[in-house]
Parts: sequence; structure tokens; C-alpha cells
Amino acid sequence: MTELPLIGEAIAVAANPRLAGAKIGVVTFPGTLDDRDAVRAVRLAGATPVALWHADTTLGDVDAVVIPGGFSYGDYLRAGAISRFAPLMSRIIDAANSDARLPVLGICNGFQILTESHLLPGSMIKNDHLKFMCRDQVLRVENNTTAWTRDYAVGQEITVPLKNQDGQYIADEKTLDALEAEGRVVFRYVGWNPNGSRRDIAGISNAAGNVVGLMPHPEHAVEAGFGPENGSGTEGLGFFTSVLNKIVGDNK
Amino acid sequence: MPRIVVDVMPKPEILDPQGKAIVGALPRLGFTAFSAVRQGKRFELTVDGEVTEEILAQARNAAETLLSNPVIEDVVNVEVVEA
Repeated sequence: MTELPLIGEAIAVAANPRLAGAKIGVVTFPGTLDDRDAVRAVRLAGATPVALWHADTTLGDVDAVVIPGGFSYGDYLRAGAISRFAPLMSRIIDAANSDARLPVLGICNGFQILTESHLLPGSMIKNDHLKFMCRDQVLRVENNTTAWTRDYAVGQEITVPLKNQDGQYIADEKTLDALEAEGRVVFRYVGWNPNGSRRDIAGISNAAGNVVGLMPHPEHAVEAGFGPENGSGTEGLGFFTSVLNKIVGDNK
Repeated sequence: MPRIVVDVMPKPEILDPQGKAIVGALPRLGFTAFSAVRQGKRFELTVDGEVTEEILAQARNAAETLLSNPVIEDVVNVEVVEA
């Protein structure tokens, strides 16, 4: 991957060679928008980003995968419905369910792709107020044992951007009760529920905790001066350092 | 050329935000007789040649796996329509 032009001082942190050895794949589908931001977040966390294309038939040697936001296939049919059948998604589903439990993070449209793939339960429908919503959103971290949240504290509140039209998380009551009982509600909206999501759910995980999906965008809150003005503006970086620390810890 | 029509509707227990918006707009145009609207999708699958049982089975399978999401939608109709 070609070197990205880098803004600001944050990137000047001396890369720890052990961290830089961790490779995090970022998937691009036709219509993906936030892949560059996700790549940048991976790099700011200290890891090496690897660009993956939806038509690829192999994941290579990546240690984790981010499925970024956007409007893959124009949201045609249903958000994420067509992407789910991309060749690379089969590899990702297999790797996520394998004994190796590849860490997978789905952000916004990536979350929708993960529910369509049945890696995560439930689905997203149109926001209850029918409008596209773009705001800085406060989330509460409910579970810090997943691959993507271990650098946060339980109960910690973080502010990251939210931007979507099909963001209303729904599942049947039985599924919701199971998610709550198993601690798989990873993030909840705080202060105001921006889309009518059941039980204020902003993000969930699979049973093993390696697959996490959420509607808000942590990759847009990783660099001082470019993230939300409320708080440090970099409160999304913990997703990427979390998985990095997990990878490095596992490889000790 | 025959077509297979597949109709998909949001599950009854799921609030349909689009239907809700439409039912709100109807009375503003004087259409006051309708108390609820639910919005679904209709797919038309064109078949080159005869629709065999095997092809119909394929259409039903496609309806359940790709055309609908069983978490939020039901396939309410699959039928053959001659052109």
C-alpha cells in the first residue's frame, strides 16, 4: 500500500516494531466510503494496514479485519445484502468462526454486512424518524472483554461520530434477552437514542467476542483536531489499540 | 417470457418506518380512508423458457437467502406470471 499523506503530529509517535508487525486488513467494496479513514486509524494505532478488495479470494496473513462504513453496492436490496456474498466475505466468515477467531470489526455499513452475514444477530432498519442523522454521539462501553474494546473501562463514555439512515438496530425479544444475558451488548447510546434502536443498542459482539459491530464511527475519532470537539476527539482510537494489544499479546 | 414474481414484506411485528411516513402523508392529499400502510418489495425474475419445478424451487431458495432477510422480512408470495 502506498504511503498516505499524514496530517498532524500524532503519527510521529515512534512505531514500536512489535506493533508495526501486526497487519490489520481493511476491506473495500464498491461504494465503501470510510476505508481510507480506517486505514489511517490502523496506522495511527501503530499497526500496518493492509488493503483488501471485496473480490479477493484470500485474506493473506492479516491478524484482524475492519469492514468500514459507506454504501456498499449502493445499499441496493438491503444495506449489506449484496456485499455479504462477496468472495472475500466467505473467507472472513470462515476465519471469524475458526479456532483462530480472527478479530473482525464492522463499522456502520460494515455492521450491516456482519448481520447480513449472520456473524452477528439482528438487523438494521431505517431510523425511526426516517432522517439521515449525523452527530457526535456519546456511547457507553458495556463490555471490555471483546477483541476490540479491551483498552476501555466498563462504563466508560466515549464520543464518536454517528452518520447513517438505516441505523435502527432490531432483533426479536428472545435474541435481545440473550444478548443482554451473555454480555454481548458492547455499546449503548447515552443521553439520546438517535435512531430508535432496541434497548439503546449501538454495538454488539458474537459469543466469542472476536466479532464486533457498531453503527457509530470510531475511525473518525482517532486524531486530535479532527474528531468530535466534545472530549479529546480521539476516543475511538481505543478500538484499534485494543485489537493491536490483543494480537501482540497472543503472539508473545 | 414467463416471470416469477416474489413479494417480500416487513414482518408484522416490526414497525415499518416507511409505511408510517406514507400513512402520515395520505390524509394530507385527501386520502382519509386508510388507517395503516406497510411497504414491501416486489421482484420479477425473468426465465428464458419454461418454468420447471426445479426453477421455481431455485426462485424460492433465492427469495429466502438473498431477496429477503428473515430477521426482518417474510416472503409472502412466489408465483409464476406468463408474459
